This record gives sequence, structure tokens and C-alpha cells, in this order.
Amino acid sequence: MSANFIALAYLVAAVFFILALKGLSSPLSSRRGNLFGMLGMAIAVATTLTITENWALILGCIAIGGIIGSIVAQRVQMTAMPELVAFMHSLVGLAAVFIAIAAVNNPVSFGLPEVLPTGSKLELFLGTFIGAMTWSGSVIAFLKLSGRMSGAPIVFSGQHLVNLLLAVVMIGFGLWFFFSETTNWTAFSAMTAVAFLLGFLIIIPIGGADMPVVISMLNSYSGWAAAGIGFSLGNPMLIIAGSLVGSSGAILSYIMCKAMNRPFLSVILGGFGSDGSSQGTDDGTQKTYRSGSADDAAFLLGNADSVIIVPGYGLAVARAQHAVKELAEALLKKGINIRFAIHPVAGRMPGHMNVLLAEAEIPYEQVQEMDEINSDFSNTDVVLVLGANDVVNPAANVPGSPIYGMPILEAHKARTVMVVKRSMAAGYAGLDNDLFYMDKTMMVFGDAKKVVENMVKAL
Amino acid sequence: MIGEIDPTIIHLTVFVLAVFVGYHVVWNVTPALHTPLMSVTNAISSIILVGAMLAAGSAEADWGVWLGAVAVVLASINVFGGFLVTQRMLEMFKKKDKKGNA
Repeated sequence: MSANFIALAYLVAAVFFILALKGLSSPLSSRRGNLFGMLGMAIAVATTLTITENWALILGCIAIGGIIGSIVAQRVQMTAMPELVAFMHSLVGLAAVFIAIAAVNNPVSFGLPEVLPTGSKLELFLGTFIGAMTWSGSVIAFLKLSGRMSGAPIVFSGQHLVNLLLAVVMIGFGLWFFFSETTNWTAFSAMTAVAFLLGFLIIIPIGGADMPVVISMLNSYSGWAAAGIGFSLGNPMLIIAGSLVGSSGAILSYIMCKAMNRPFLSVILGGFGSDGSSQGTDDGTQKTYRSGSADDAAFLLGNADSVIIVPGYGLAVARAQHAVKELAEALLKKGINIRFAIHPVAGRMPGHMNVLLAEAEIPYEQVQEMDEINSDFSNTDVVLVLGANDVVNPAANVPGSPIYGMPILEAHKARTVMVVKRSMAAGYAGLDNDLFYMDKTMMVFGDAKKVVENMVKAL
Repeated sequence: MIGEIDPTIIHLTVFVLAVFVGYHVVWNVTPALHTPLMSVTNAISSIILVGAMLAAGSAEADWGVWLGAVAVVLASINVFGGFLVTQRMLEMFKKKDKKGNA
């Protein structure tokens, strides 16, 4: 097959990838978009097969990977999506490193000159180090998300200096690799090893609360790694696909940082969001709050005209999505206007809460984003906060507060607020929440699932 | 006399334009679908499967072929896992759609 034909086929595949992302602009076009993505991938793989040997080996390996991937995709719990995504990022990173090593070993099979020119070496260097950092960073993110490793940030003195030094060392080995006449395996291996270490060190200081940013960032890295490999192999399709993914991850990181009111740089430098070690800011005075039972809450809900539910990650932890759906249906039957308000960081990754509610078959027309719904809180009868805390903390409007400026759901503006929570403990930001002490607020203590089930019974 | 353009410059052109396309397309993605966006971009970034195939499909049988083969397995897990889990999530958004119309 001619090189031109292959290049055109790759172009078609690249266009399909763009259409795949474009489809996600609405739930209605999204499934077609995903099919476009699969089609693009199929075209790319079929085209590549025509220029490779060892078909049996390649197809066998695709079959093995395909079976594993399909099983994982079928079995994964929606609450575990962040872990799955982190796991998949790590695979992209590792594959990128392997490809780069293979290319250094035998450039000719990739259509590169026998002796690698400095330009190609630079590109291979980029692909390898981004890939290696993606791999080790994603492994740490996976361990933290799945609870196999504490979400608490791991910090030590001189951390940033160590990272900086390692980066310099890595670039040093890179330069040695560029300017060696022959293939310098020592420099290449040392550089790769340092990159692995660096990926690991960059992620360990980042706390559990910042995981939505980390996972978006690694998403971005995996894209740049693919683009880097694309440069090395001189393949525009890889460059295009990688850039799409890279910019997508970068945009998601930006959105997440904005939603948490955290400068991107400070997230990366880490040390925030210690899991569970949160205490309230004790100002000495004992503040009083009102608490009630699930029956009281159900009574208030039943008499309201409009209800907004604010779900947080606590809801998912308690596996209360289906109970909430029943509650929403029961209220809807009474002719009550019910909606869900989603904060961008309501889950463990961007859009996570939407998927969890979708899984519980809550119609997406009822689910609204922060910007759409915020102006409606002031004329809403009852707001039901389920397992959320910081995202409804009015302290965000108080200058001087650690979360000042963070966009919040303005639950405090509703006529009545009900908060279902395990205890009065503070959220990720470690802050007390004034919303809980307002006169119009009623606390309902208990496991979100049980409380909601009791509410449904009482209705 | 202007010499021939270095292929790297052409690739850089493609890269910069693709970043722009990505930027504009992704900002149009509805926030409700950000998780599927992430899983589908994950699948798309496994396009490096193509590079892995070139390594595994090299005519010269040495250890590079086996490294490539492992990379093919890793990337394939991602291709299938990524697209299928995206499909699964998007189906959830569809079910409700039908109910809404009924």
C-alpha cells in the first residue's frame, strides 16, 4: 500500500477522533460520537496492519488486551471510574515508554534512519519522559483513589528542590543522549529511570481532595505522551489524537482548579487536602444547631412546592443513589418540582456525580449544573444536602476564609435547608460550615442511604 | 533560495492546529459528560497502539518485537476498555432519555 494512501487513511481516522469529542456536546449525539471514535481506531489499526509483519503476534496481543479491556469495562463500578481512568492512563504511559525504547533499539522498523538524528532523539526523549511520568504518577493516583494508599499528602522538607534537581539531572542525561554519536543506552536508561521517579514524587504530595485535578492532569499527560510518540514516528495522526487528549485534559484541570478556587500551581506543588485529618476552626463558642429525624425531614419535603437536592461524594460512598431516585419519584408524584444541583467537584473526577445519578436512572433533565441553578435557590422551599459540605459552605463568600472565592451552590439562600450527614465533622477543606448553624437549617444525622430510605417510607 | 522544510516543522504545524481544534471542541462538551469525555480521550490516546504495532511487527526479530507486543497488549486494554466503558456510561444517559419521552 502506498505511503500516501496510508497517510490519507490516518487523516480519516484523525477526523473521526475529532467527531468523537464533538459528539459529547450533548447526551443525544454522544453515543454516535463514541461510535465514530471506535471507527477511527479501527481504521487506524487496519491501515497499520498492512505495513507490519508478524500479524499473528499482533492480532493475538490485540485479542488478549481486548478481552481484558472488555471484561474490565463491563465489571467496573461507576463509583470506581476514577480508579479505572487512572489505571488506563498508566497503561498509555507505559506503552509509550516501551514504544520509545523499541524505536531507539531499532529505528528502521519505524521508518526512521538507522542512526537517529538529534531531532528524532529529542522527540523520543519527550515521548519517553512524559510517558514514564504518566505511568508512575497514574499508579500513585490509582493507589490513592482506590484507598490502597492513604490519600494524605506525603511531604518532606526540600521536596521541591529534590524534584527540581531530578528534573535537571534528567535533562542532563537527555543532552548526553542527544549528542552521543551512537545509541547511548546508559544515558537513555538513566533518563527514563529518573522520569519514573519524578512522576512518583510529583504525585505523592497531592492530597485526596485534589484528585479531580490530578486525574485531569494525568489525562492531559497521556495525550502529550501520545503526541510525543507521534513526533518521534513522524505520524500526524498520533500528533492530532494526542493533542486532542492533551488539550482536553488541560481544560478539565483548569475547570477543576477553578471550581475549587485553587491556583493550578499550588495543586501541583501539593500538600493540601489531608484525608480525614480535618477539624473545625474552633473559635471557642459552642454553636448550636437544630437536628431532626428522617420523618421530620419527609414532612417538610412533602409540604414543599420546590425542592433542590445537592448530592456530594458522601452520597456515592453510602451507595444511596437508588434510594435518592425513589425519593425524587415520590416527590414528583406529589407534584413537587424536584431538581438536582451539581457542583463541578461533587465527585472524584469531573462529571462523576452526573454519571452516578445517571446510573440510578435519574433523568438528566432534572440534573443541573451550578451556573444554571444557582439563581434559583432563593425561591426554593427546601434544599436537601446529601453528603456534601464544602461546596455549600457560605464561608466562600467571606473574605479571609481559606475557601474565599470558591464558587459554591447557594443552598443557604433557600427557605429551608436540610443536611443529611454522619456527624458534624468538617469537610476536605477542614472548615466548619456556617450553613449547619443557620436558623433555617435542620441536620439529619445518619447514613445517607438509611435516612433517604426512611424519608421515602414516611412520604 | 529557501531550502526544504524540515518535517518536524510540518509536524509542529499539525500539532499547534490540533491543539486549537481540541481546545474549541472540548469547551463545547457539556459538563454532565466530563467523565465519559475522560474515558473516551483515554481510549483515543491509546492510538499509540499504532506505534506498538510497528514495534511488534518489525521484520527484525529481536527483543524489540517482544517489547512492542507487550505495548500492543497494554494499548489494546485501553482501546477496548476505554470505548466500552464510555459506551456503558452513555447508555445510562440514554435510558432516562426514553423514560422522559414516554
